[in-house]
Order: sequence, then structure tokens, then C-alpha cells
Amino acid sequence: MNDEIKELYQQVILDHNKNPRNFGTPDSCSHDANGHNPLCGDTVHVYLTVNNGVIEDAHFKGAGCAISKASASIMTDIVRGKSVEEAKKLFEAFHKLIVDDSIEPDVDVYGKLAVFAGVREFPSRVKCASLAWHTMQAAIDNTNEVTTE
Amino acid sequence: MSDQTHLTTALDVDAIRSDFPILQQKPYGRELAYLDNGATAQKPQCVIAAVNTYYREQNSNIHRGVHFLSEKATKAYEGARTTVKNFLNARSEKEIVFVRGTTEAINLIAYTFGRSQIGEGDEILVSEMEHHSNIVPWQILCEERGCTLKVVPISDSGEISIEDVQQLINERTKLVSMVYVSNSLGTVNPIKKVIDIAHSHDIPVLVDGAQSTPHMRVDVQELGCDFYTVSGHKLFGPTGIGVLYGREEILENMPPFHGGGDMIRSVSFSGTEYNSLPFKFEAGTPNIAGTIGLAEAMKYVDSIGYDAIHAHEQDLLAYATEKLQTIDGLRIIGTAENKASVISFVMDGIHPHDIGSFVDRQGVAIRVGHHCTQPVMEKFGIPATSRASFTMYNTREEADRLVEALQMVREMFG
Repeated sequence: MNDEIKELYQQVILDHNKNPRNFGTPDSCSHDANGHNPLCGDTVHVYLTVNNGVIEDAHFKGAGCAISKASASIMTDIVRGKSVEEAKKLFEAFHKLIVDDSIEPDVDVYGKLAVFAGVREFPSRVKCASLAWHTMQAAIDNTNEVTTE
Repeated sequence: MSDQTHLTTALDVDAIRSDFPILQQKPYGRELAYLDNGATAQKPQCVIAAVNTYYREQNSNIHRGVHFLSEKATKAYEGARTTVKNFLNARSEKEIVFVRGTTEAINLIAYTFGRSQIGEGDEILVSEMEHHSNIVPWQILCEERGCTLKVVPISDSGEISIEDVQQLINERTKLVSMVYVSNSLGTVNPIKKVIDIAHSHDIPVLVDGAQSTPHMRVDVQELGCDFYTVSGHKLFGPTGIGVLYGREEILENMPPFHGGGDMIRSVSFSGTEYNSLPFKFEAGTPNIAGTIGLAEAMKYVDSIGYDAIHAHEQDLLAYATEKLQTIDGLRIIGTAENKASVISFVMDGIHPHDIGSFVDRQGVAIRVGHHCTQPVMEKFGIPATSRASFTMYNTREEADRLVEALQMVREMFG
């Protein structure tokens, strides 16, 4: 099997695809937004509960490929307990990680997000990985709709 | 006699493959299995050479030039029109309009025939399996003119019923616009029957031939359609070139599409006189190299022969359909009785985009997505499909490689 494919579909990604965490509509939330990738039809809805600038809870719903689903699943895990500012910084770091070959996917720096470094070898899939993050940002900014275009 | 039949249907795939330079590429170190012909077909060397020769030896603007090169270019351009006329068996060159592609051809009809002939309360009939390019131009027209778009539904196998067509046609119907072969389902529509029904009510019919022309001989006179569209690049020709065939009487009565040079006989500020057919619909400098390449592609297809192409493709369709069905959790979308060599499928729990990326790295090129037929996806309750589309240069081995790659996908995703 192609090495880059193995790198893209790591066990962690396959696992989150099959058993996505934080999946479903929560009873309540303070911020939410709908994300859509018109290219492939992937959709994701992100729900956040933000209190005093801290993301206390995060959920998502939607339909998409393994990369977009795993990305939303891991993102909602990772931003919980982080401040809004920290979450935005994480998105910036994540974006660099999935497009820039020169960045070492150091687990100590990126934690679980490091598994997405393989996406950089698949330019057509970058939007799959970043859709949930764009949507989270839109939720925080109170923009209800976002597309990857 | 039987020997002769054999001779006319056998296809020398190795020889054909050697005509297509791009097939020699080795993506990711593997042989290329190009199964995305429904999106665009590869180009044989003769087409590439014809375009090359045009730019090296004939390039000039056409029709009004009086010099050596302009005469050469005009002859090549109008010669291409004659080739197209013969290929489609149109009555005359006046019925052959060069356009950018099928999309532009349909838009041309919507903007000219549509705006002049279709008004408030009128109806246009399409099918549920249309490509977006045979939906959106009519929606724009409906919004502008207050007419209504009516849709012939498709069954679970991806077929229309003639009874539905009969029922939906009425005195308000002003045009039937239907695809001959569905790009996402592979269905070959009973288009001749649809045309006969429409004509019995004096309703003109536009046939979207983007996907049919690569697979079958189309004789526009035999079919009796009023408009027929051809995509050049899906027929082994260059991109950016297509054909709109229109019956002379109907084209004659249509207002022009774009205004500009070449489509006029005389221009003055007191009034402009339009050019005769087909030039009335060809404003501006056309894609001259494209028409020459397309004509060469048509000659190439003729040299292979549609009978042989059809037999080969049907063999691949049957073979690949059977093999694909051995994969756990794979479901074919589009199971019409009469199909072209196009197979759309979904796999339980695996998104088409993951399938597409995976098989690509095995050297197998397929299409994934909604194929610009979102209503079809909605009908089947799926976001997208994976689609393999076969043509004359494909082989059973390539179908096997697709199946093998899909088995690996199945194993990986569990």
C-alpha cells in the first residue's frame, strides 16, 4: 500500500471516523455555525458553549469523509476547556500543519492533531480537514454560515 | 459473413492505447488506469498533432483574411464543420454551430429559443437525471420569463418511464430538454420515444449528447431531434470546443446569442443585419484549433468504429459490474437495463472521497462527488458516489485493479 495513504489514514483517524466523539446536537449551546464544502458536499454543524471566554463544551453533527469527520471529532475534544483565543491559535497552528511540509508534526506540540500532518500530501483534502475548524471559528465570530470556498 | 462481423467488432486495445501518449504515465510508480472518461477523455496523438500543426503551420484569423494563412485557417475551420456535419449526419453545415461545450450549447438555446419562444405559464420538461447544465439555464429562464420547469421522475433503477413523459407533456409544454446518457447513472434514455411523443404534440426536443456521443453513433436525422449537443473533450477532442446541432428551420427563426464580429452581415447605427447560418451564432474569433482537433477526434473514432467501441465497452461494463458486486457492502447506483459503460457506486460506511484518494494512490483514476447531478444524489439519499467510466482504451485488467484497490479500502476501513 502507498505510504502516503497509510500516513493519511492513520488508525486514530479511522477510529474517530468510525466512532466520532461529541457527535450530536447538545441540549443547549451559546454559539453554533454551519459549515459546508461545496466541492464535495461535506457539511458540519458545530455547537459551542462559551462561558467567560472559555469553551466549556463542544459538539458537532454532519456528514462527510473520514478526514472531515475525524477532524471535527478530535477538534471538539481538544478545544474543550480552552479559551476562545487559545482555540483560534490552535486553528492557525493546525492549518500550518496540514499545508506546510517544513513543519515537524511533533506530538509534544500538536498532541492528537499531529495525525493530520499526512493531509499535506493531498492538497485536494486540505479543505476536508479544515472544515470543522473554519466552522468553529464562524461560531465564535457569530457568523452562522461558512463555506470552504 | 460471420468472419466479417468479427472483423468489424474486434478492437485492438493495445494499438489504441499506444495512440494515447498520456496513458504511458506512471502515477505513484504504477500503471495508470484512467477510469474517469465520463469527466474527460484522453487525447490520441493525431488530435494533439492536428492542434500542433494548426499553430505551427496554419494559425491565422478566419473568414475575412485575404492572405495565405487566413485562407488555410478558414479552409481547416470550415473543413472541420463538414467533418462534424457528416459525423452527426446533419443535412447541411448550416446546422452545425461551434460552441465552447455542451453547457454553452444549452445556454445558447435557453437565451435565444427560450427567450423568444417561451413565456409566462409555459413549461419546459426535463428529467430528474439531468446534469446541472441542463437544469440551471432553464431555472434562470423560468425566473426571468415566469415559465415552469417540469421534471420526469426516475425510478430506483435510474430510469424514466415513457408513461410519465406522456403524462407530463401538455399544451403548455414548449420544449423538452433531456439527456441521452446520464453521466452519473449510465442510463441510456429511450430518447427516440421521447422525441416521437413530443413531436406528436409539435414540441421541439433538445438532446444533451455530452455523454452519448462518446459511446454510440448518433444520426440526428434518424433521431429526429431539433437540437443535439456535443462535448468535444469527452469525445477525445480538445477542451473548450463543442457542437450545437440545430435543425435549419428552427435555427433560422432564432434570434442571435452573442453579438459581435463575424455574426453580422452589415453594421450601422441605424440598424444591423445578422449573418446567415451558422455564423449568426458564432460571434467573435472562435476556438479554431479546437474545431480542428475535434474534427480529428471524430475521424479517429470513425476509424475505430462505433460498433467495435460499443461491443468493447459493453464487455467492460458487464465484467466490472459483476466484479464490483463481489465487494462487501458495495452498492451500484444506476441499474438501468440499457446502460453505457458508466458505473456509479457507494460503499457502506466509507465516503466516496476517501475511496477516491485511496484508489488514486493505487494508480486508478475515478471520479467521486455528486457529478453535477445533485437531484440524482437527493433521489438516492446519498451525498455522493464513486464513478468509474470506461472507454475504448480501458481493459478488464484495469477493472480488476479497481476492484483490488476497493478491496484494500474495505479492509482498511473495516
